[in-house]
Amino acid sequence: MSVTRFGRRAFAALAAWSLAGGIAAAQAGEITFWTWRQEDKAVYTELFADFTKANPGITVKFEAFPNENYNTIVTTALAGGKGGDVLHARAYGGLEAMAKAGYFLALDKQNVPELDNLPADAQASESLRADGKVYAVSLASQTLGLLVNKDLFASAGVAVPATWPDLMAACTALKAKGITPIANGTATPWMDAIFATVFTNPFLGPQWIADMLAGKTTFADAKFTAALGKLLELKPCLPDGFTGVDYATSQQLFSAGRAAIFVGGSFEIAPFRRGNPKLNIDFVPPPAPAAGQPTYVSRFFDSGFAVNAKSANQADALKLVRWMATKAFAEPAAAKLGNISSLKDVAAADPLLGKIAKLNETAMPYATLVYFRFEAPTGTDLLQEGVQKMMGGSMTPAEVGASVTQGLARWYKPFQK
Amino acid sequence: MIRPRQRAATARWRLRLWILLLLAPGLAVMTLFVAAPLLSSFRYAFYRFDGLLPAAFIGLANFRDVLAEAPYAATTWHALAHNCIVFAALMVAQNGLAYLIAFALLKALPGHRLHQVIVFLPVVLSAVIVGFLWKLFFHPLFGLVNAALALVGLHGLPWLGDERTALGAIIFTNAWHWVGFPALIFLAGMQRISRETLEAARIDGANDRILMTRIIWPLVAPSATVVVILTFIGSFNWFELPYVMAGATGSPGGATDVLGLYFYRTAFGTAASGLTDFGHGSALAVLMFLFIAVVSALALRVLRRREIEA
Repeated sequence: MSVTRFGRRAFAALAAWSLAGGIAAAQAGEITFWTWRQEDKAVYTELFADFTKANPGITVKFEAFPNENYNTIVTTALAGGKGGDVLHARAYGGLEAMAKAGYFLALDKQNVPELDNLPADAQASESLRADGKVYAVSLASQTLGLLVNKDLFASAGVAVPATWPDLMAACTALKAKGITPIANGTATPWMDAIFATVFTNPFLGPQWIADMLAGKTTFADAKFTAALGKLLELKPCLPDGFTGVDYATSQQLFSAGRAAIFVGGSFEIAPFRRGNPKLNIDFVPPPAPAAGQPTYVSRFFDSGFAVNAKSANQADALKLVRWMATKAFAEPAAAKLGNISSLKDVAAADPLLGKIAKLNETAMPYATLVYFRFEAPTGTDLLQEGVQKMMGGSMTPAEVGASVTQGLARWYKPFQK
Repeated sequence: MIRPRQRAATARWRLRLWILLLLAPGLAVMTLFVAAPLLSSFRYAFYRFDGLLPAAFIGLANFRDVLAEAPYAATTWHALAHNCIVFAALMVAQNGLAYLIAFALLKALPGHRLHQVIVFLPVVLSAVIVGFLWKLFFHPLFGLVNAALALVGLHGLPWLGDERTALGAIIFTNAWHWVGFPALIFLAGMQRISRETLEAARIDGANDRILMTRIIWPLVAPSATVVVILTFIGSFNWFELPYVMAGATGSPGGATDVLGLYFYRTAFGTAASGLTDFGHGSALAVLMFLFIAVVSALALRVLRRREIEA
């Protein structure tokens, strides 16, 4: 066979192969769903099978990427005109970074009539500040508070603390029994912002947040720095060498029944139950400053489902996102993922989640996430770095408050005085 | 009929075409994966980014921001200072030890072959594996390091969680990982020294210390050049180990922040904030590239001159 003839045959074979591949992909009616929630693969796969039953001919492929690199992967893919057809999007500032440049399809009552099923604050979490349009269907709200191991408290004969003095007493009592009172360490920065928010919000109260948003006060305010200073009292309650204890270790300590309290979100409940089905978990609000005073859990909406504006299967992708804004998806998803649906009429099946939904009625926002994650430096980045240093002993609460306020003043107008 | 000269010309052309054909794949790969990203990064450094798209050409503003404007500049210089510490520490701890190991191996004591393999073994592991391994070893609750210290009655620190020890712990890990490489380069350099030279020095009464400092050191100058330049590039491009062991923010509280991490989280955002800023990120990348290229070139000139003098 001459070289040219071989070349021609090889070319023909290649063309036929690529053409066949193209046709096969088009016929399958397959759309892809991108997420960072690898741990939820089984749940989504099951739910997507329901979707295919309701919408014959459309199948959904689940593709997960590591949480830490998800934003990078998605932003890079979208910049190249690629990416999944339906994308799990972050909320607030995270959404803005992805959607500002027009990579997501704007959702409205024409293309997604089901948006009416979502309350206003859930829609706001997936909207852009610039045009006020909604770009994703919000999945769930997350509540921050204390996860407690009920059995551990019972076996130690200690009551779950309701006030700050109770918590201090419980710490001493638990430690005497060889139990680590609080599982959290400070080595993983994003956990530090959550840790600080959970314990400071009851000391601040909703009025303080309102005042801050109105520009009447800042994070340098004595009320905020005093609340931050309370965290230092928690040092003896944390694991040995807590500055080197990371998120994974904290989870292990709580999951293995070595620590009594895990400061975190409602999103931790399902993984903890899966990891250790015997774990008897309760979710309680953080301690009130003193007996008779109110306490508050902290809340935010955490993610949503967006349609890739450059998707070749946009009609099918929209169908999936519309379906995700209905009870048919939201109810089983909330039950299986163990979170609280953003949709109005979806009641929590799980009693514990029902309890959290009740706590949500008086919840305060996770402020550095909800209001201060739009530009750099973000409130969360500033707070987590400050708290990490404060707990390590190299910064005072007043210095942290000043650093957060000064950092935010770079872009947040009310602080620019 | 073809004349000989014409034939020669055709042959020359054919040869040129053949060379071009052989170069093409390599050239294409280099253009696509090295030159193009480098040039686009150069271009992006001059733009303000709106989300993911370059929004406006802003000249040198990104460079001015990262070098002189708050809050970028403070982080840049802070990170650069850490890179300098890393370079100095690796030069002394990693390369100094490597030189001693190379000298010990040169003496060909019993078992030196086995030791040569053991010293070089960690080099073949990926930095990510080494990072995770040592992150576990340094763990305050389950780690080997503190368990070993406890055996002799010492209470270990949370090495990676303490601002005073975190950078040192990662530098130590880097030295553990890489010490075999400079050791091998030094050893190769030492083995090229003629036996007569070393024996003559011995007969003249040189002990090991004098042999190492006065005789061998000047003669392994070419090896030292390679080691210094590679350590310099590695220290200022440092990324994998601090990323695995301290995360993108250089935990705790920026105590392990280096230019590579700062560039990464500026350009691509962190887990907590999905904000991407390719403009400032590209400016940092370009500055890192220029700094490394210029200093390496200058250092290479100086070190090469030293080789000749020696």
